[in-house]
Amino acid sequence: MSLKIGVPSKGRLMDKTFDWFGARGVRMARTGSEREYSGRVEGAEGVELVLLSAGEIPRELAAGRIHLGVTGSDLVREKLADWDSEARALASLGFGHADLILAVPACWIDVDTLDDLDAAAAAFRAAHGHRLRIATKYHRLVREFLREMGVADYQLVDSQGATEGTVKNLTAEAIADITSTGETLRANHLKVLSDGVIHRSQATLFLAPGADWQNGALPALEGLAETLGLDLPDGI
Amino acid sequence: MQGKAAIRAEAQRLLDRFVQAGAQPVEADILQPAETLLDLYGEDIRARAYVTSDPLQGEMMLRPDFTVPVVQMHMEGGAEPARYAYAGEVFRRQEHRGRRAREYFQAGFEIFARDNREAADAEVFALFAEVLAPLRLRPATGDIGILRAAVEGLSTSPARKAALLRHIWRPQRFRALLDRFGGRLAAPEARKRLIETLAHSTPEDLIAAAAPRIGLRTPDEIASRARALAEDAAVAPISAAEVDVLEDVLKLRGKAPAALAHLRDVVVDLPAIQPAVNRLARRLEALAARGIDVDDLDFEASHGRSTMEYYDGFVFSFHAEARPELPPVATGGRYDALTRVLGQSRQGGAREIPAVGGVIRPGLVVALREGTA
Repeated sequence: MSLKIGVPSKGRLMDKTFDWFGARGVRMARTGSEREYSGRVEGAEGVELVLLSAGEIPRELAAGRIHLGVTGSDLVREKLADWDSEARALASLGFGHADLILAVPACWIDVDTLDDLDAAAAAFRAAHGHRLRIATKYHRLVREFLREMGVADYQLVDSQGATEGTVKNLTAEAIADITSTGETLRANHLKVLSDGVIHRSQATLFLAPGADWQNGALPALEGLAETLGLDLPDGI
Repeated sequence: MQGKAAIRAEAQRLLDRFVQAGAQPVEADILQPAETLLDLYGEDIRARAYVTSDPLQGEMMLRPDFTVPVVQMHMEGGAEPARYAYAGEVFRRQEHRGRRAREYFQAGFEIFARDNREAADAEVFALFAEVLAPLRLRPATGDIGILRAAVEGLSTSPARKAALLRHIWRPQRFRALLDRFGGRLAAPEARKRLIETLAHSTPEDLIAAAAPRIGLRTPDEIASRARALAEDAAVAPISAAEVDVLEDVLKLRGKAPAALAHLRDVVVDLPAIQPAVNRLARRLEALAARGIDVDDLDFEASHGRSTMEYYDGFVFSFHAEARPELPPVATGGRYDALTRVLGQSRQGGAREIPAVGGVIRPGLVVALREGTA
């Protein structure tokens, strides 16, 4: 059996992943037709490439169907309960940067910190009869962050896209979303809270402790790690 | 894990004992409307309860406890005073690995009574102590009412007291607020700039200049909070002496009589806690009258502060001392505020009734009795 490594199956994330491995002597490439999701690896023994949607890689890691996987650290933290027991970060790859942030309308001159958001939420609930709504698709990350920070009287409303528009459309009072430049926020008259960075995400190589490491996967991992110059965690 | 049949039988035995103590047995639906629970416990409850959806009634939760349905049932026309008992399964979503149960039985006993709250507190505690006596558990008690009174007694603005009271169950945020109100933590830069600008501009002008108005929160609401911030900036810090007294109360732990004596000394510096301290004294008398050895009873002012939201007076729990990794076998307390909140959401205006109660976990009782926990 070989070592299976899950890699995003298309777009910039795939290209940059191939570049990252290529720069370290491991050549990855898609094979077959443009539409066929299969690939090959050269420069590392016993390694099999599995092309997957970046959003499915956390689940495949947790299920142990792949040994290694490249995906955004935000996706692993959002999709896996107890993520650090299901996936261990081996290397931050230095691309795919995106911050998960909390933003409120720029006209809220009285709100700059989580402290303000919390106080404004209490007053908002008293005035409007419902909790202050925060639109997001990152429910777990946002909820855990706000609990740790002691923010109350809010509710999360699901938004799978065009999240920046929810405030204008009156379906939310604030948002928590991924931003890389902040321009979409400004165009939608929103501002980021000064202590409102929930997670700084980037493409990360994860290892699945729960995968089957017998039958050749471990030597393949050790060979790959040496080629890539990576330290392996203890106790796999 | 013990057989479910044995646990169910234990739950029934506890229920029978509670009924014998004068309680009316009640049932609650397993599927509860999510909205009420979310409004009460906040978004956190989603991480702790199973949410499902009903095509007609919207989001529903598998009941995470019986308190809310029992209080609602009482508010819909229970006689006063009332004693209720129940037993059944509750469901708790677990987001971390480990042995914590996802479904388990609870047997509970609740008293709704307007008169003599301390006697009702003592009645619940003594009943639990008697039922659990064979397990030789360690009881711990506390009193959120004393913390509330200590905050209300601070010489500072009503807004600051309200902010502290709102976060009494979130020790970290409470501490951050206290540090700021006590002048130990400077205001953030953006706040300082806002206050400076407000000295020569109106909030309305600042809002109009900042950005187009979007969202439900009105310019009036924004302006009114900006004015409140300017007023707050002019409020003198809570004195170091007062912060020390409050911290002394928060840290207080010891045997009940020593804790009471200490609180009587604190009254000299913080006279506002006198009524709450008197209630503690009356409760200890009531407990002693029911045969509880109060000289050996542990009291911790902050007991249950981070785990028992909505308890606002007496709180207690029973632990298996030799098994610190197990959750408490029983917990309970007074939750007058909960009846006020649930009373408000009903038609006919706000109503409230003092309430105290607690739950026992029959699964842990069986496991400890058989030595198989």
